[in-house]
Amino acid sequence: MEFIVEFISQPWHWAVSGAMIVFVMFLLLWFGGEFGVSSNLRTMCAIGGAGKKHEFFNYNWKNQIWNLVFIGGAVIGGIIATTFLASPEPVKIAASTQVYLASVGISTPQTLAEGTGFAPKEIFENIGTLPNLIILLLGGFLIGFGTRWAGGCTSGHAISGLANLQAPSLVAVIGFFIGGLLMAWVIMPQLLSL
Amino acid sequence: MKLIKYLLVGILFGIVMTKSEAVSWFRIQEMFRFESFHMYGIIGTAVILGALLTFAMKKGNMKTIAGDVIRFNDKNWSVPRYLFGGTIFGLGWAMTGACPGPMFTLLGHGIWAIGLVILSSILGTYVYGALRNRLPH
Repeated sequence: MEFIVEFISQPWHWAVSGAMIVFVMFLLLWFGGEFGVSSNLRTMCAIGGAGKKHEFFNYNWKNQIWNLVFIGGAVIGGIIATTFLASPEPVKIAASTQVYLASVGISTPQTLAEGTGFAPKEIFENIGTLPNLIILLLGGFLIGFGTRWAGGCTSGHAISGLANLQAPSLVAVIGFFIGGLLMAWVIMPQLLSL
Repeated sequence: MKLIKYLLVGILFGIVMTKSEAVSWFRIQEMFRFESFHMYGIIGTAVILGALLTFAMKKGNMKTIAGDVIRFNDKNWSVPRYLFGGTIFGLGWAMTGACPGPMFTLLGHGIWAIGLVILSSILGTYVYGALRNRLPH
């Protein structure tokens, strides 16, 4: 048993990870759901009563409870993976990315004592500064606004949509990259240097 | 009882998102800077295997456990909503290093600041719903 836990605890190869995502997608489809996570944000608005003010949220959200349970599971999965299946080393980031990040004041953990390499402490453990608040609050806002306008996020468009050969999903993914490249190359370096 | 299976597959998803490192802010910066193949490998594998799975499910008329035919809805063709919405999503994704699934898994990592991202993303969805009729689709 210990051997199995140790085996799973290593960082997974990208091909194993990709296959496991498809296994999750298969299970959701087989259960009668679908693989699209961002719908939950709309469901949360609907549960909060947004349907009284805006037609878009006026629908039978009770049919979407399974998806909320799914992301509740995703939180528990995060707890289990970091508690019982934690990697023996931090996430290994490309040297060139580390050099760039260092130039804008973000350190990449080299040992587990410095961090796991999931979220940079300069941003996520120091939320009182203006640039960091902009990153977290504006970033989240753009995610929620954009994903609903586009009708899906990474799971719904980049994976489910492309796998179903949907041309609109390809347009959405091109959009993800236009925005992502602009942010990663132009805006983030400015924001992080503030 | 029906919901427990979704909880279990959600737990699996959270573990996969963590072990794949797709929930790492650093991995997302690396991806958008084209400095590692890792994220492209994950998404590429998922798209190719997912396409084979979708094709097989359609061909085989696969049914859900409740016995219903699995429906794959075609999306209506248009450009503005996918391009503009997608671009805005991409800006947020590269900023926070998280998309709507990983956000929740990071909460499970004990990274509490991601709670701000989750709350503001709900607000973003709400504002979209309020402005929806004035936006091109």
